[in-house]
Amino acid sequence: MTEATGGIDFEDEGSGIVKKFMFVNRKAPYGTIYALEGLEVVLISAAFDQDVSLVFLDDGVYQIVKGQHTKAIDVKNFSPTYRALEGYDIEKLYVLKESLEERGLTVDDLLVDVQVLDAAGMAKLMAEQDVVLSF
Amino acid sequence: MKFGILVNEGLYQHQASDTAYQFAKAAIEKGHEVPRVFFYHDGVYNSSRLTEPPQDDRHIVNRWQKLAKEHNIDLVVCVAAALRRGIKDENLAEGFRISGLGQLVEVGIQADRLVVFGD
Repeated sequence: MTEATGGIDFEDEGSGIVKKFMFVNRKAPYGTIYALEGLEVVLISAAFDQDVSLVFLDDGVYQIVKGQHTKAIDVKNFSPTYRALEGYDIEKLYVLKESLEERGLTVDDLLVDVQVLDAAGMAKLMAEQDVVLSF
Repeated sequence: MKFGILVNEGLYQHQASDTAYQFAKAAIEKGHEVPRVFFYHDGVYNSSRLTEPPQDDRHIVNRWQKLAKEHNIDLVVCVAAALRRGIKDENLAEGFRISGLGQLVEVGIQADRLVVFGD
């Protein structure tokens, strides 16, 4: 316990605590920075050996739509990073069924493999988490 | 209980930072601990020492500093988000420190609850 770290012992990566971390992606990939900076947290979390899941709902489902082209808005197309998540052992990806349907999308439009859950299934999964970070 | 806090919005434009502060203060008054507040996205602006609100308004930066000093709270600003927005050591308010996103994941592991403020 030290002054600088506010009373938490932060030198314990070997403590073996594994929590269920859920990252909820709710916003379109471009237009705001939430999706990009959210993805950065996901990538960092992989280094901590936690039980990580990603959820895409509302306009967040657009983050993983295939065939993104961003040249005309001069913004980096970061969608290929979602395909790399598997390499970080992040394999639990969930999409809200209602959000897909409202936008006329199906799993065939997505660039990664996901599990589709309805609202009740999503609520149940969220209730099981230790940490829910929403971006 | 130990509460980690994540602030994702800038100060004054959005109420998230105010609400996070009120939450932290209330939690401490109730006997809980707030070991760390992490600032991400535009939340990094909460740490600018150049902030000068009108005198009849609350001073959000000073308010965080005071709370942190009194209750030993670690105020951490994400380095990547900060550099992207022009926050660096030379204009960082006293009591804040710039570090990595690992500090956010860590407090998520260590705290009993991680509470997120922002859109």
